[in-house]
Amino acid sequence: MNKRIFLDPLFKNNPIPVLALGICSALAVTVKLEPAMVMALSVTLVTGFSSMILSLLRNTIPNRIRIIVQLVVVATLVILVDQVLKAFAWEISKQLSVFVGLIITNCIIMGRIEAFALYNKPFPSLVDGLANGLGYGIILIAVSVVRELLGSGTLMGYQVIPQQWYVANGGVYENNGLFILPPMALIILGLIVWVFNAKNAKRV
Amino acid sequence: MEQIANIFVKSIFVENMIFAYFLGMCSYLAVSKTVKTASGLGLAVIFVLLITLPVNYLLDRYVLAPGALAWINPQWAGTDLSFLSFILFIAVIAAMVQLVEMVVEKFAPALYNSLGIFLPLIAVNCAILGASLFMQERDYRNIQEVITFALGSGIGWYLAIVSIAAIREKLSYSNIPAPMRGLGIAFIITGLMGIAFMSFMGIQI
Repeated sequence: MNKRIFLDPLFKNNPIPVLALGICSALAVTVKLEPAMVMALSVTLVTGFSSMILSLLRNTIPNRIRIIVQLVVVATLVILVDQVLKAFAWEISKQLSVFVGLIITNCIIMGRIEAFALYNKPFPSLVDGLANGLGYGIILIAVSVVRELLGSGTLMGYQVIPQQWYVANGGVYENNGLFILPPMALIILGLIVWVFNAKNAKRV
Repeated sequence: MEQIANIFVKSIFVENMIFAYFLGMCSYLAVSKTVKTASGLGLAVIFVLLITLPVNYLLDRYVLAPGALAWINPQWAGTDLSFLSFILFIAVIAAMVQLVEMVVEKFAPALYNSLGIFLPLIAVNCAILGASLFMQERDYRNIQEVITFALGSGIGWYLAIVSIAAIREKLSYSNIPAPMRGLGIAFIITGLMGIAFMSFMGIQI
């Protein structure tokens, strides 16, 4: 049971390509791998713990005000993440700028709370939240690997494409500047969706 | 005046919420199947932005920013409440959206029916919170600039969603590989439109 809750969101029901949730705050941070990984980690933690906390509270929240309660819990967790990032990873926190705050409005979090945490026990909710966060993280990391490798020739800031291949050093290779620009993230994501749908072959 | 015109053009074209920052993608993809509903949602977003941004600006200026409380009591000049800004901004937005929803339900039932579930979703539309956070980060000097920025980003979002809706209406007649239909092709078209919008980059007035 728990294993299925964990594995489903990673591949079969991945929140981004299959359900089209949580694209909002995702793509602007995928120019480089490092901020994308930090973002993926933050979203995973926030999704997991907000699901768990709201699942603990699920029998005490009146239905009418549940959206406000959810927003408050999520916003509190995001403030924690933001303060921790500011304290221990100032450089990355500067690069992510407003996108840490935008985790609050990430549709994955609200979606999982509404669809799962309000009807399930705390532990499965935690697993479900973490797994959905990870599913989101996988897509984020895949997009950013492609963009950083083709756009700057590096991964995590280390040079991957050998220096002597470049035109400047007498080679034939040139970085593709198009991949640094925001629209390429959407096009890569479109291709990922294509692969996912072709593999699942259930959506037409 | 020049500054204001500059912010206006920049927020519509160069720093377009969707093409440059991907904000508000969820509702952008979900509600862009017909031009009519898309334009309704676009107008709702412009409206909510125009209400929430000035409120959040005043909140930031007089309560949250470092030293902002000095106007109440000079002793509080050292306080910094900016860590509270996420929670207060989202609370203002949620309250305002609730208000807009009630007004629309009362005075424009047709629009209310066609927007359906997506009106409450504006509360968690990243474009709204994103605009507030950008406003905080970019230090606009006065409220006129903030209102211009709100109007500009709203119009930019409106343009984006209406144009993709128009394209998707036509797309339903074209022969796309089955796994690409729907979401996949919508992403790729948005990407191509984003590349087109990049040609506005660097425009200054």
